[in-house]
Amino acid sequence: MTTPAESNLLEVQNLRVDFPTRRGTLIAVDDVSFEIKAGEVLGVVGESGAGKSLTGAAIIGLLEPPGRISGGEVRLAGKRIDNLAQEQIRQIRGREIGMVFQDPLTSLNPLFRVGEQLIETLQTHADLDEKSARKQAIDWLAEVGIPSPEVRIDQYPHQFSGGMRQRVVIALALCANPKLIIADEPTTALDVSIQAQIISLLKRLCREHGTAVMLITHDMGVIAETADRVAVMYAGRLVEIGEARKVIQNAKHPYTLGLMGSIPTIGDTEEELRQIQGSMPRLAEIPEGCAFNPRCPNVSDRCRKHRPELQSVDESSVACWLFEDAAVPSELS
Amino acid sequence: MLAFIIQRLLQAVVVMLSVSFVSFALFQFVGDPINNMVGQDATEAQRELLRERLGLNEPWPLQFIHYIGNIIQGEFGLSYRLGIPVEDLIADRLPATMELVLVSAFMALALGVPMGVYTGLNRNSWLSRLFLTISLIGISLPTFVIGILLILIFGVWLQWLPTFGRAGVVDLGWWTTSFLTLDGWRSLIMPSITLALFQLTLIMRLIRAEMLEVLRTDYIKFARARGLRNRAVHFRHALKNTLVPVITITGLQIGSLLAFSIITETVFQWPGMGLLILQAIQFVDIPVMSSYLVLIAFLFVLINLVVDLLYFIVDPRLRLDSLSRGAH
Ligand SMILES: Nc1ncnc2c1ncn2[C@@H]1O[C@H](COP(=O)(O)OP(=O)(O)OP(=O)(O)O)[C@@H](O)[C@H]1O
Ligand SMILES: [Mg+2]
Repeated sequence: MTTPAESNLLEVQNLRVDFPTRRGTLIAVDDVSFEIKAGEVLGVVGESGAGKSLTGAAIIGLLEPPGRISGGEVRLAGKRIDNLAQEQIRQIRGREIGMVFQDPLTSLNPLFRVGEQLIETLQTHADLDEKSARKQAIDWLAEVGIPSPEVRIDQYPHQFSGGMRQRVVIALALCANPKLIIADEPTTALDVSIQAQIISLLKRLCREHGTAVMLITHDMGVIAETADRVAVMYAGRLVEIGEARKVIQNAKHPYTLGLMGSIPTIGDTEEELRQIQGSMPRLAEIPEGCAFNPRCPNVSDRCRKHRPELQSVDESSVACWLFEDAAVPSELS
Repeated sequence: MLAFIIQRLLQAVVVMLSVSFVSFALFQFVGDPINNMVGQDATEAQRELLRERLGLNEPWPLQFIHYIGNIIQGEFGLSYRLGIPVEDLIADRLPATMELVLVSAFMALALGVPMGVYTGLNRNSWLSRLFLTISLIGISLPTFVIGILLILIFGVWLQWLPTFGRAGVVDLGWWTTSFLTLDGWRSLIMPSITLALFQLTLIMRLIRAEMLEVLRTDYIKFARARGLRNRAVHFRHALKNTLVPVITITGLQIGSLLAFSIITETVFQWPGMGLLILQAIQFVDIPVMSSYLVLIAFLFVLINLVVDLLYFIVDPRLRLDSLSRGAH
């Protein structure tokens, strides 16, 4: 175990999230470790059900029962936050870690004016009187690119288009100046034409405010453009993590290769389009050994029996037996 | 919004006209009132005279127009049974029923809403389970059983409260009220609990179900993710979103409180409209029955209008939709 570097804003160590059920415990996030440096954008990718959202929810303390953190640690600026009392973690939410959800149409309370929701959030985290809170709210609306914010502030969410609403959501998530934003597929629900605008807005604002981002997405294009590093998840496990450029151009894990292969790039011809066979196992049916082994083109006996751990290969970390020789072998029980 | 109100008012007028027609038709189809009013040995001339006085000799469309005209002027005709104007009878009984219904509705809301919020937020606490169990009793026991049980316990055994009647009434001239004396409250309390219990459990269960639903929504998750305090998340963001269905149901339930009050008034011998209508039905006192019908319909229409207006206050989406619709 290495001592975490000073500059790490968020450290997730051996995080495990599970759901106790009548027929046993379902492990949805299994032994996941990564860190995010201040101001860094970490992309998180993986098939649907890989555990991306749950990892985000666990970090911010919003897992819904019966889901729970059953192992590992989450540290923010060196301080543990996974075992805090309700009130303490509440004070971290919004102020230290913000969150943006997928669907802007449902993220805003339909019965309150946009301004009321902004002002309420501002006043929760800072001692502001009504007038200066309102002024800041208008400034935030302007900052996320909403035209005539003095008028818009008194309107209700349904008077905004989807893209505009997601701008409001971003203002709400950023208005208490958190050091980290968890953006869970922030553009999936939007028109393709608007997605790029929202991503570049998020990117610009976070750069200006020095906010780190955990960007959960299915869009490799967004990762390539936005992320500094990328983490690949499969069946609740982290299978590869490294610098975005390296992972995209030189993917190591067979699953990552498959993911990259399934995105057609310009100039690709049909024969180049690779597909991963099969689908991700359900939580109750994750195989022994490497979770990816039934679908892996390079599967060996060892993959079926022993689970590979993350190990550095070149500049990335990969959990795959193929690269054992390239790193120090780690013993498994 | 104005267009909407006008539209609703027109609908209300149509409803009222239809109900008046039905209640008017009662006169035509239910027996000959003259037989009920005069004795067996009245002469044909006496009968004819009475018929003339009651306007029963005109063709029915004309009678209907008269009927409507009279209703609008607040004249509902003479009671066959008592021979005095129905509006006087009603004016005499209405305050008793209205006060009973109001106190019951207030009880049901003032207890049902907080209990619903509590059980929605603390699904597994023992108090929630207790509330839910009690509410099952409230829903499954018939009103009259609850009333009789209350009378037995608090009236007969403990002798804390009067078992029947409306004591301690203060006459204000245009209204009689129980609210001004201790005795008034003492006789009001058991009937209103009896009447409120079913509504209370209904509202509690409704709010609980709505709360559970709303707490799962994205905007609640996002409110929590912004670090808002629990108090703000639960009572500002969540509760307000449960209000629309609650307003609907409450409106409907005030109507059914009026209806259920017949049973409660019978059990407690509460001198309200329910008791009046029961006696009227026994005697086939058509003017009283038909006036009751018109009056209840009017109250329903009124409540519905209020409910519609409350929607506007609570939900901005309706407000703006109808604004833009109204502009065209
Ligand atoms: N309440 C629950 N009970 C049991 N399993 C659950 C529960 N909530 C989530 N899961 C499971 O946890 C796994 C991870 O879910 P998660 O939402 O994190 O996936 P994701 O990677 O965000 O997928 P997507 O790309 O579709 O958003 C899924 O297999 C899901 O079925
Ligand atoms: Mg997700």
